Amino acid sequence: MTQQVTVTINGQPYTADIEPRLLLVHFIREVAGLTGTHIGCDTTSCGACTVLINNIPAKSCTILAVQADGAEVRTVEGLEQNGQLHPVQAGFVEEHGLQCGFCTPGMMMTAVALLQNNPDPTEEEVRWAISGNLCRCTGYVNIVKSIQRAAKQIREEHSPSSPKPEAVEVS
Amino acid sequence: MIPDKFEYFAPTNLTDAVSFLQQHPEDAKVLAGGQSLIPLMKFRLAAPGYLVDLRKVPHMDLLQERYGVLVIGAMVREARMESSPLIRQRYPALMETSRVVADPIVRNFATLGGNLAHADPANDHPAMMVALRASVLAHGAKGTRTISIDDLLVDTLETSLTPDEILTEIHIPQPAPQSGSAYCKLERKVGDYAIAAVAASVALDGDVCTQAGLGLTNVGPKAIRAAAAENFLVGKRLNDETISEAARLASESADPTSDLRGPAEYKRAMVRTLATRALRTATQRARGGV
Repeated sequence: MTQQVTVTINGQPYTADIEPRLLLVHFIREVAGLTGTHIGCDTTSCGACTVLINNIPAKSCTILAVQADGAEVRTVEGLEQNGQLHPVQAGFVEEHGLQCGFCTPGMMMTAVALLQNNPDPTEEEVRWAISGNLCRCTGYVNIVKSIQRAAKQIREEHSPSSPKPEAVEVS
Repeated sequence: MIPDKFEYFAPTNLTDAVSFLQQHPEDAKVLAGGQSLIPLMKFRLAAPGYLVDLRKVPHMDLLQERYGVLVIGAMVREARMESSPLIRQRYPALMETSRVVADPIVRNFATLGGNLAHADPANDHPAMMVALRASVLAHGAKGTRTISIDDLLVDTLETSLTPDEILTEIHIPQPAPQSGSAYCKLERKVGDYAIAAVAASVALDGDVCTQAGLGLTNVGPKAIRAAAAENFLVGKRLNDETISEAARLASESADPTSDLRGPAEYKRAMVRTLATRALRTATQRARGGV
């Protein structure tokens, strides 16, 4: 038996008749067609499928789409605004925060949520926050630097006395 | 991995949830945060025909002190236990326990009620609840009853809840004036289940122990109460010698099996070490230290 659900992803509502057993990650990738959210371990360990549900990071392989009915979901595709990378995306570019890129969407969504709650995290706090996101290439050093760089950029953008940093163009 | 087919129901009140369970007594499961149940269903280790989601049921996320007990609603998420000023200030051991459950993202959805009702001996809260002598409120077709944690936990993944009952609240006695608790967990990596873990709680009158609680994680078919160690401690002065003997007794109460996380003998030895640490920290907290 199918059920109708509406999930708003990056501001756009998606309504579909789905089986209750459909996982949110499959709704995002297959119903909405947004494949930036990756399926890694599929066992709640790696965090590649991390998205924000009502602004809270969630492993979308372990949430049923029906549980997200009526929710606002944000995925990596929702980070870039008006052709300008989100500071977290820019940070990953500048600090070489990725190699293969598989963990990156989940890693960035966790970082976005962290910086909303803690605009100036210590290295320890960053490492703690991303402890549910696994990266098998970088050794995390550059990921931590990327997130801290993003934090700095966001703080500067919000401080009226500082000049606005140069925007990173999306190619 | 995709779960087997099921029907999904998200009632807006507890009465409807219970009557749905009554209609499907053998084939329905209650869904809280889903962070244990959904993985089990994906592996097809569980294949319930019906899921009753509690997310729309109101008042399930209470977190307050009331008439001498801390009331934790079954749908309180682990992340809230980490950030709540009440929990941080008055129940640091509960915060300590929540902080080592899985990883931060899982903790955004994982619930305290789910952690107990799932009754996995590898889960962290059952042992802490044993140490704190918690009880739970179960709401069913015949009304509401209180179940002590020792009576709730029956066996691996098995509780004394009847098929139509829903765990709605966890009750923990408010800490006595000179009391303290701690949770010490040994894990292979962040997010893993414990190799072994020990929850300890003590109350003092001067230097003398008046109450002791010791719960063991993942070293038996369910969270184990180390009763011999508790009985030994009551009436004793807490010092290195008595703590060491209690830790030895606690390790004798453990019933570990050898698996990927280590041989049984090693786990038993770790219980002894962790019990020492947990009792020391609990004692320091009872004396007013951190």
